Amino acid sequence: MDISQLVFYTFAGLAVASSVLMITRRNPVYSVMYLVLTLFSVAAIFVLLEAHFLAALQVVVYAGAILVLFLFVIMLLNLGHEFDPDIRGKFWWVVGFGLGLVLFAELFVLARSVPEAPESDLLARLLADQGAVGMVAEPLFENYVIAVEVTGVLLLVAMVGSVVIAKRKV
Amino acid sequence: MGPLSTTAFIISAVAKVLVIFVGWLIVVAGVTLAERKIAAWIQDRSGPNRVGPWGIFQPIADGIKNFAKEEHIPGGASRWLFFLAPIISMFPAFVVIAVIPVAAPLPTPWGLVEVIVADLPIGFLFVMALASLGVYGLTLGGWASNSKYSFLGGVRASAQMISYEVALGLSLVPIFMLAGNVTLPEIVRQQQDALWYVLPLMVGFLFFSVSYFAETNRGPFDMPEAESELVYGFHTEYSAMRMAMFYLAEYANMVTASALMATFFFGGWDIPFWAGDNIGVAADGSIIGATPAWWVTLLTFASFAAKTAFFILVFIWVRWTIPRFRYDQVMALGWKVLIPLLVVYIAVLGGAMLALEAAGIEFGVRYALSLAGINLVLLLLIMFWLDRSRIVLGGAWRQARPQQARSRG
Repeated sequence: MDISQLVFYTFAGLAVASSVLMITRRNPVYSVMYLVLTLFSVAAIFVLLEAHFLAALQVVVYAGAILVLFLFVIMLLNLGHEFDPDIRGKFWWVVGFGLGLVLFAELFVLARSVPEAPESDLLARLLADQGAVGMVAEPLFENYVIAVEVTGVLLLVAMVGSVVIAKRKV
Repeated sequence: MGPLSTTAFIISAVAKVLVIFVGWLIVVAGVTLAERKIAAWIQDRSGPNRVGPWGIFQPIADGIKNFAKEEHIPGGASRWLFFLAPIISMFPAFVVIAVIPVAAPLPTPWGLVEVIVADLPIGFLFVMALASLGVYGLTLGGWASNSKYSFLGGVRASAQMISYEVALGLSLVPIFMLAGNVTLPEIVRQQQDALWYVLPLMVGFLFFSVSYFAETNRGPFDMPEAESELVYGFHTEYSAMRMAMFYLAEYANMVTASALMATFFFGGWDIPFWAGDNIGVAADGSIIGATPAWWVTLLTFASFAAKTAFFILVFIWVRWTIPRFRYDQVMALGWKVLIPLLVVYIAVLGGAMLALEAAGIEFGVRYALSLAGINLVLLLLIMFWLDRSRIVLGGAWRQARPQQARSRG
């Protein structure tokens, strides 16, 4: 087993273990911290795939910004509350189990149809040509620029909407 | 000299990690002493002067004291997170140094060694990623202590650092636009070719320093540990080495911030007006520009250290001079001043760069000087607006509109 395989299994194991821990913890603060660990391990796997930019974004956006907000909200909302489990009653257990089975089946279908690997030196060549950021930025802002702009406007609308709702006197 | 062989690369990497990180730790220890000495000087006191001549061994004494003290864990604290929080806040502060180039490439018998621990292709994004993780240490430390003061400090820390991270990221967009690259050695090289970016990006530098002051939680933005309101903020309940670790993280962040300011805006290890240090390495390992030599590496390192030391001094100087903001003022500055101004600035700068390219001016000294002119105008406008006619128009403004002045008290 070469060293990159060893690194992959370390981080893959870490990601799986911490995501299991994340959904089994009662205390939401611990859950958030395990989610951070999961996202971090996934970022490490992105680095192994030579997707440096994606790894950096994963940490900056998810681990560094979104989950800090999660933590912020959880810390403020759960002050002095007992930590009840979120799934109550047999019905929701069955629904959750069923959804889990569906996801598991999807995983099997995906595993059976492994897409063809790209040329082995494609990534290295792109990295040398355009740099880690250019590799992502060029297709994003040339081929898919309309989609990017539309998404940007959509997010702006959502943001304005949430500000309007927050500003309303209740 | 060609590229390094694999063995030489591994040995040089280990050597660089050891030398740079040990050096970094010593610098951080030195900065704790420098802060106390300079604070004493600013406040007209003596400062630490008992341990060794002029108190220079004070950091060692502090270290021994902190190791020997009793660790106290408050009742009802979340033990694991309480234990982890200082480590989480120290880790990013110390790892960030890995991507900062500290000197010109060093020639060795086995090939040219670049004096940077890891030249990552994502360069600065790595710094952003780790800087954004530092907030967990503060927030969790506050939450895990099971104390209201700590908790308020932690909440303040997370809100403040998220807000200023946006401004920090935006204030670096101009650099990426100008350099067309995110790796730090490349940014340093371009500043050697043209001008230090502090000239063409003056406004960017102003905003970058303000948001980094807030991001490191240094005064005047030290809301998470505001003594007059929150006892000691997020680390009220911490004692002994764990509290010292929070302090080390703060100082390490400060040194990193200074090194980044030097690298992004003041040419990194570049020595101004001298072409002898303009050493570049091409993709195939051949050398572009001046010939490398060990004394050039030493000189460029001295230049980098001097710039970094200057910004550390500025950090300390500001902390002991400017009174702390109110919390709502901190948030208003971040969201209502810095972020909108930065968005406008990026748009104006992008327009200016397009215009310059349309006029056929290549990237170089003239290009940078034209941008510097635009920036100077913008900087004066911003200064005038932030001043709100207090200093510039001063008494004249108050006399011209006496009623308004009176109603404001």
